[in-house]
Amino acid sequence: MTKIQMTVDGATVSDDVEPRMLLVHYLREKVGKTGTVIGCDTSNCGACTVHLDGRSVKSCNVLAVQADGHEVTTVEGLAKDGELHPMQAAFHECHALQCGFCTPGMIMQSIDLLNDNPKPSEDEIRLGLEGNLCRCTGYHNIVRAVQTASGQEVGS
Amino acid sequence: MTVTEQPAAEIGKDRRRKEDQRLITGRTRWTDNLTLPGMLHMSMVRSPFAHARITSIDTTEAKAAPNVVAVITGKDIAEEQGSLPNAWPITPDQVTPAHPPVAIDRATFAGEIVAVVVARSAAAARDAAELVDVDYEELPAALDLKESAEDTVLAHPDLGTNKSALWVFDSADAGTGGNVEEAIAKARQDGIVIEREYRQQRLIPAFMEPRSVVVDPTGEQITMWSATQVPHILRFLLAAVLGVSESKVRVIAPDVGGGFGGKLQTTPEEFIAMVMARRLGKPVKFTETRSESMMAAHHGRDQWQRLTLSAEKDGTVTGFKVDLLADLGSHVALIGGGVPVLGAFMYNAIYKFPSYRFQVQTVLTNKAWTDAYRGAGRPEATFAIERMMTELAVELGVDPLEIREKNWIKHEEFPFTSVAGLEYDSGNYEAATALAKEHFGYDELRAEQARRREAKDPVQLGIGVSTFTEMCGLAPSRVLGSLDYGAGGWEHASVRMLPTGKVEVLTGASAHGQGHETAFSQIVADRLGVPFEDVEVLHGDTQVTPKGLDTYGSRSLVVGGEALVRAADKVVEKAKPIAAHLLEASADDLDFAGGRFTVRGTDQGMGIGEIALATFAAHNLPDGVEPSLDSDATFDPVNFNYPHGTHLCAVEIDTETGAVKMRKYTCVDDIGNVINPLIVAGQVHGGLVQGIAQALWEEAVYDESGTLVSASFVDYLVPTAADTISFDVDHTTTPATTNTLGTKGVGEAGTIASTPAVVNAVVDAIRHFGINDIQMPCTPERVWRAIHDSGGGGGEPTTEAAAPHFDPASGNQGTADRTDGADS
Repeated sequence: MTKIQMTVDGATVSDDVEPRMLLVHYLREKVGKTGTVIGCDTSNCGACTVHLDGRSVKSCNVLAVQADGHEVTTVEGLAKDGELHPMQAAFHECHALQCGFCTPGMIMQSIDLLNDNPKPSEDEIRLGLEGNLCRCTGYHNIVRAVQTASGQEVGS
Repeated sequence: MTVTEQPAAEIGKDRRRKEDQRLITGRTRWTDNLTLPGMLHMSMVRSPFAHARITSIDTTEAKAAPNVVAVITGKDIAEEQGSLPNAWPITPDQVTPAHPPVAIDRATFAGEIVAVVVARSAAAARDAAELVDVDYEELPAALDLKESAEDTVLAHPDLGTNKSALWVFDSADAGTGGNVEEAIAKARQDGIVIEREYRQQRLIPAFMEPRSVVVDPTGEQITMWSATQVPHILRFLLAAVLGVSESKVRVIAPDVGGGFGGKLQTTPEEFIAMVMARRLGKPVKFTETRSESMMAAHHGRDQWQRLTLSAEKDGTVTGFKVDLLADLGSHVALIGGGVPVLGAFMYNAIYKFPSYRFQVQTVLTNKAWTDAYRGAGRPEATFAIERMMTELAVELGVDPLEIREKNWIKHEEFPFTSVAGLEYDSGNYEAATALAKEHFGYDELRAEQARRREAKDPVQLGIGVSTFTEMCGLAPSRVLGSLDYGAGGWEHASVRMLPTGKVEVLTGASAHGQGHETAFSQIVADRLGVPFEDVEVLHGDTQVTPKGLDTYGSRSLVVGGEALVRAADKVVEKAKPIAAHLLEASADDLDFAGGRFTVRGTDQGMGIGEIALATFAAHNLPDGVEPSLDSDATFDPVNFNYPHGTHLCAVEIDTETGAVKMRKYTCVDDIGNVINPLIVAGQVHGGLVQGIAQALWEEAVYDESGTLVSASFVDYLVPTAADTISFDVDHTTTPATTNTLGTKGVGEAGTIASTPAVVNAVVDAIRHFGINDIQMPCTPERVWRAIHDSGGGGGEPTTEAAAPHFDPASGNQGTADRTDGADS
């Protein structure tokens, strides 16, 4: 067991964990952040995407011990004082989710995408979300949500 | 039935979804989020062989591993586990192998459960599962569908055959049309006969949330949380198979992360969790990994279609003969055998065929079992006829839309009884097609295609057409009974006016991402004249919503929605005499609108919420009136539901690499009146991508030993945002006449229509190389090989006309090469 400490959605947490424990399991099972979910075992689906020191990572690709001393933000830490993050609001406004299982990861990735490129083209959005799978929306409305959150005009 | 003609305030409005708040903030209730005190975890030991005798299982080491509570084999629970149900035997003599959730002495596909480990943590269970030592004697496996149909290798040697059932529909026998053999014979003399063989590759539903189940046996009742589409059916089957009282079983489907038919199975894992929880007296959880899901949740499609279409020289179709082989996998799944039968009624699609014959042979193999996947039978049917109609147009040298128009049912001919015996209530194929052509810029794209061909452009343009209808809203119970389907087609709803004036709505149509809470709120808000925000929709818990038949086959709105309308209308009816009493007026003098009863000719009135409060207080009610304001309705539809539409697709093919790129996709669907256009468009977008994915990317591939090699998202190509494009979606409105709302199902429409549209486009782009088929999925390699073998490509296409070629022995047509997995 290894002792770790990190900030998750603004709160400090510390635990003894097995060195093999993945960050996603740590967040879900130890910290109770079940908003972050597991969709695959090959790092392809992106449902577990969180921010590590402000950059998106697939939390199934990071060991909990690697996050020791770092800052983690999950989808549960986005809304501040009851106000949705603009990306959350855009997903709602554009109907960019159906079953919602990929949504936390998709939102976290989309925020990071705009951090790098505040006014992405449609192609840039599509490429930027390539690591996150959605089975319900056909991506059409997800692309519109990212355009909306970036303050760009969107089509129907 | 009266169709509401004037859309009321809420219906037709782009309401943002009520469901979204919890989903976008991570407060969702997925089954795998659940942790109960003392909860144990299961891990499955699965067969690595497609077919093997289990000679021994040594569980000693696993049992001794840390934190392990139990390790069991099929033999250990042989008496408790029963046999998984088959609810749709399609013929009385169907061969249906017994289906124990844990294999007892023989594993029948790679991925089948042979032992189960229960431990105090999921990690401990997984670790110990590695220690279970199973000895297998590998047996020959039935893998190739065509060979299996010949009983070359037996999937179940004790049964003596792989043939499960032969189901036939003939229009001459049914009295719905003429004799197809005569039509074909005549066409061979003085008409046109098109013969083709198409493969519907095996697909994996690939819902994003892996299946998960938690069973809590403590207390008076057994409670199961499951990521299922069918909590009500599951409760019934669990109780029946395990021999416990239905009232002692509660099934909760909390938030469910997609299904697409893939979560309508009653799974071995659910039954095993139930058995183990009861045995151990503790809550038990199982959550599958993605590769387990890929290997052992049910698959879809997997058919060979042998097709013969006959027509007169002017293009008037005279007959269609369909001969299918359908791969069931190792067992007959819940409704797996019935999927092709559902499709049987749709091969004539929107056309006035005078004769039709359909035959399906269902076949057992040593692969994962197949069952419903988005569209269930209807995508396969639509693909077949839309490819064939396109080939007929090519044969005649006319535009593919022209041949469709020549044969389709005209708007003024509805209602129309199809050659398959269905009564189509309404449709307007002319309007949808005209609008789609306009949106798409059909003529301009055809002109560009001609220019590129002329210029021998290395990037060629292809245009694909698909017109479709489907039977959805499953469906009249009597009709399902005549097909030997094991359940009815009704749906249940309750509408309860609470004393606060808020409305609680219960529906048996359990959602898994479709937005029922929003759309159903809109319907009830309009019927009762209350604010949208005041309606709360409850679903997915058999304790809260005890009656229902769940969600599949695009039935929620057209069957469940109609039940809601009826329950809400009964509430108004019930409120009326109370309002009359309280207003001291005659009920005959009352009008109800906007949530208020008013006395005609006066300004006196009373809101329905006030009446709800009055019934709660019950101080002043008319004699004989129950002190409550709620009602139930169970609706059994009088007919299926027939949405339709026209889809147009343009693809660009790089003839040097075989890469297919989506250029434009236009669809105009007609689902009658629309409750929430935003939700409808979302359903269409998602459906389109699933259908396009069958055409271009997805395929479950088994290798020669029967191992699923596409058992992860690395190998099974669910499209990404970068693979797809934004769609051009519109609709026409031809109300259904068979429900009050005038609406039709939409969940499967996009998937059903898009696959043939895309393959028609792919073939259209390279037909001038002499190619008339590319097998799905149309991967770059397949497309490149077809072009390469034709001698075209690289900017030097040949100009030879496509020569239809049919070789039933190999299934090959044209020059398309087949480089797929071992089972093709």
